[in-house]
Amino acid sequence: MVAARHRPRRPFRGWAWAPILLVVLVAACQGPFPQSTFATTSRSAQDMRDLFMLIFGLAVVVFVLVEGALLFTVIRFRARPGAPDPKPVHGHTPLEIGWTLAPAFIVSLIAVPTVSAIWRSALNEPENPLRIEVVGHQWWWEFTYPESGVRTANEMHVPQGRPVVLEMTSADVIHSFWLPGLAAKRDAILGRTTRLEFTADSLGEFMGQCAEYCGTSHANMRVRVVVDAPDAFDGWTAAQLAGSVSPDSLSSLAREGLEVFRTPKTPATHSCIACHSVSGVSFGVAGPNLTHVGSRTRIAGGVLENSTENLTRWLDNPSAVKPGMGSQMQSGQLIGMPDVDLTPEEIRALVAYLESLR
Amino acid sequence: MTATDTTVTTHEYEVEAPHGIWSWITTTDHKRIGIMYGVSAFIFFLMGGLEALLIRAQLAQADNTLVSAETFNQLFTMHGTTMVFLAIMPLSAAFFNFIIPLQIGARDVAFPRLNAFSFWVFLLGGLFLNASFLVGSAPDGGWFGYANLSSMQYSPGRHFDFWALGLQILGIASLAAGFNFIATIINMRAPGMKLMRMPIFTWMSFVTQLIVVTVFPVITVALVFLTFDRLFGTTFYSVAAGGDLLLWQHLFWLFGHPEVYILILPTMGIISEVLPTFSRKPLFGYPVVVYSGALIAIIGWGVWGHHMFAVGMGALADSYFSAATMLIAIPTGVKIFNWIATMWGGQIRFHTPMLFAIGFVAMFIIGGMSGVMHASPPTDLQQTDTYFVVAHIHYVLFGGAILGLFAGMYYWWPKIFGRMLSEPLGKLHFWLTMIGMNLAFFPMHIIGLFGMPRRIYTYSPDLGLETLNLVSTVGAMIIGVATLVFVFNVFRTRRRGQPAGKNPWGGATLEWAISSPPPVYNFTVLPEVRSLTPLWTDNGVSEIPDHPPAPIHVPGGSYWPLLTAIGVLILFLGALTRIVWPAALGVAWTMFCVFKWAYEPFEV
Repeated sequence: MVAARHRPRRPFRGWAWAPILLVVLVAACQGPFPQSTFATTSRSAQDMRDLFMLIFGLAVVVFVLVEGALLFTVIRFRARPGAPDPKPVHGHTPLEIGWTLAPAFIVSLIAVPTVSAIWRSALNEPENPLRIEVVGHQWWWEFTYPESGVRTANEMHVPQGRPVVLEMTSADVIHSFWLPGLAAKRDAILGRTTRLEFTADSLGEFMGQCAEYCGTSHANMRVRVVVDAPDAFDGWTAAQLAGSVSPDSLSSLAREGLEVFRTPKTPATHSCIACHSVSGVSFGVAGPNLTHVGSRTRIAGGVLENSTENLTRWLDNPSAVKPGMGSQMQSGQLIGMPDVDLTPEEIRALVAYLESLR
Repeated sequence: MTATDTTVTTHEYEVEAPHGIWSWITTTDHKRIGIMYGVSAFIFFLMGGLEALLIRAQLAQADNTLVSAETFNQLFTMHGTTMVFLAIMPLSAAFFNFIIPLQIGARDVAFPRLNAFSFWVFLLGGLFLNASFLVGSAPDGGWFGYANLSSMQYSPGRHFDFWALGLQILGIASLAAGFNFIATIINMRAPGMKLMRMPIFTWMSFVTQLIVVTVFPVITVALVFLTFDRLFGTTFYSVAAGGDLLLWQHLFWLFGHPEVYILILPTMGIISEVLPTFSRKPLFGYPVVVYSGALIAIIGWGVWGHHMFAVGMGALADSYFSAATMLIAIPTGVKIFNWIATMWGGQIRFHTPMLFAIGFVAMFIIGGMSGVMHASPPTDLQQTDTYFVVAHIHYVLFGGAILGLFAGMYYWWPKIFGRMLSEPLGKLHFWLTMIGMNLAFFPMHIIGLFGMPRRIYTYSPDLGLETLNLVSTVGAMIIGVATLVFVFNVFRTRRRGQPAGKNPWGGATLEWAISSPPPVYNFTVLPEVRSLTPLWTDNGVSEIPDHPPAPIHVPGGSYWPLLTAIGVLILFLGALTRIVWPAALGVAWTMFCVFKWAYEPFEV
């Protein structure tokens, strides 16, 4: 029998773990992690983090005890040559009742704060909240501030200290609005309105992105939230509400760009104005409102920095930046911006125009 | 010649297994069907693994352009779908087929031809799904296929048709096999094998089949709705027509969560066989392990909502699903304690099957605990749809199901093929797998918590997660190498493996009482079982002579199962191509074959 010839060796389980943990720890020190769920600066996100740390702490204790018991058993009871056969123990009722109760106890330590956290956040009615309507599109986020009438995309400004209530839905497939540092996530679903609340406690920029797989460019559906001081937020709101720059104040190149922007093209879906609004110029709603696009820090669903070079790259071939842009739905509608075949001169002019829209 | 002649005369009732490819195509022998399940599923496993390696290669660095977004989305969809439906489930099915009849002392399953039909439908369904790659339309909507991304409006190509139709084909195979094994386990047990004397692997498989036959109808309904929406313009998942997109999610997860237990319970059964054998001690608390398996299955029906916390179901539903999910931790914890107690006081021999079984326990503890973490909705709202969940499922399904299946392969290989796999190669395979999987999947916990969502083909270097992703990719490659070691071991064993003998590991259950590989009729006489551990107990089983003392009827093969399965495939090809005549032909063909099957003479 093979079994009899085999000389048992010490298992190396502990050894296997050490280098792995080391590598992971070294890698984890890379930082900074701007989208981390631990870099929280709102009450609600901090509550989630605290609950996670409680569960994590319990898990570490259980991990050490149970893996320790496993390791000890495996080493202590390894076969020794010539040892008698072990006693055929079939069970031990009190022991088994004990280790049924133990996980039940630990789980209740998690369940009680969990359920109380669920109800605390459900029953929380924020006072005088700032409501923002969020609409997910393939593959960008649209934000409307009903209080002031501001409409913008991919970059949301909120005031520090005031509760924010996001009322979310989708224009097409299911998306999920995830803002790790401020508010965790909530799905945006066509035909439903979901809510996400947070109060930003400190100033700064927060990164997030769509977390529900939503088609080809799901990876390129990102979002930034800028937390402004209340005064700065009011200033931003006022600037967003101002009309777009008047054509007279534009440079000649930008004025050419305005012409490119508002000239209808064939097919009509290739016209800028078919999808984009610039107040006083056009009324398109399928794409982001561009009235103040020059004031945003990012373009293309938050994927690119807002720079002359990137705007040029984007206008030249959107689907090279965001795959799937311009693909067709069954109804023939386009998803996102198609490649509209602009000449380099037209692109240069358009970029100048878009950059003037501050 | 003389020797052969003597054998024939001495053992006049001996039955030779038929030879040749035709005998395999028409076989109704559960052992051959089991082997065919195993080989096909392992090839699908390698394909799913290759898809995983491509995924990891793409994610090795930020802003990588190795594969396109479209290809990446197809890869992760097919990786998930393949591993769940074409690798883990049918690898379990390979063991159900080969081992259950042997463990319960039966000559075959209750419906041998239905069993062959299940296999052929599974194989054709798997080929159907993967044929999508050949026409450049592999499914690209995730293994969960959420509505309304699955609608014709947002996915006009054939991608989702391959997926929805392919899963329906596979569902037929699973349901037929499920009923077959329930009938087999209830009716075909050897005399004296009461339910509570049934080997634990058979018990867990039985529970699994009960889940299969109750949840596959749910996913079938969801898929039929989807297919009708896509083919005939119905509006089950159309918001414009008053539908609710969450209908799909509820139906899918009502199936999807029990599906997790379909994947894990059989391997829990496998390691509950391996741990006692190599500790030389009976399973500690056998009844408790049985009941906790059944309890996991029952509670598993009521926790699907924990996949949907982010949709905003409301505080009451969140509280219920959270508490119900945490409840599952209790029977799961009990199993782990029972496994440790089984080894406690034993004489543990570290053969490869045992290493994989211990590895299962060690890794499953980690997967179980991260599971409890996202059972809590407030923390889940950060974790869901991130790499944290990817880490969790891989600790459960790779650290759990796959390690358990490898334990089963090393354990029963000598029984199935009569030769021992190489121990040194097996140990190399084990340690490479352990190192690889922890390097690949442990960093994913951190990657997720530090802000990386799942199912993204690219990520920004700004996230600061390049090093961790690279570590994970290296780990995945090590798993790939480890798997090649196993494949090499298998080929080496075909020629150079040591003969196994009846019971190389000293196992306690009936399959070890007969020769390896088992004769075509399994048992020369039907055994009478008097103990839970028949081979470890004096007089635990009646004597089983080496050669049949009386004639044994062994049914011949039948080609009707394969022909019927082909009819089913033609029907679905009609649906895929939107052409009526193949669909009609498929229905007619299937009905004709079922008729011929039903009237096939008993003695073929």
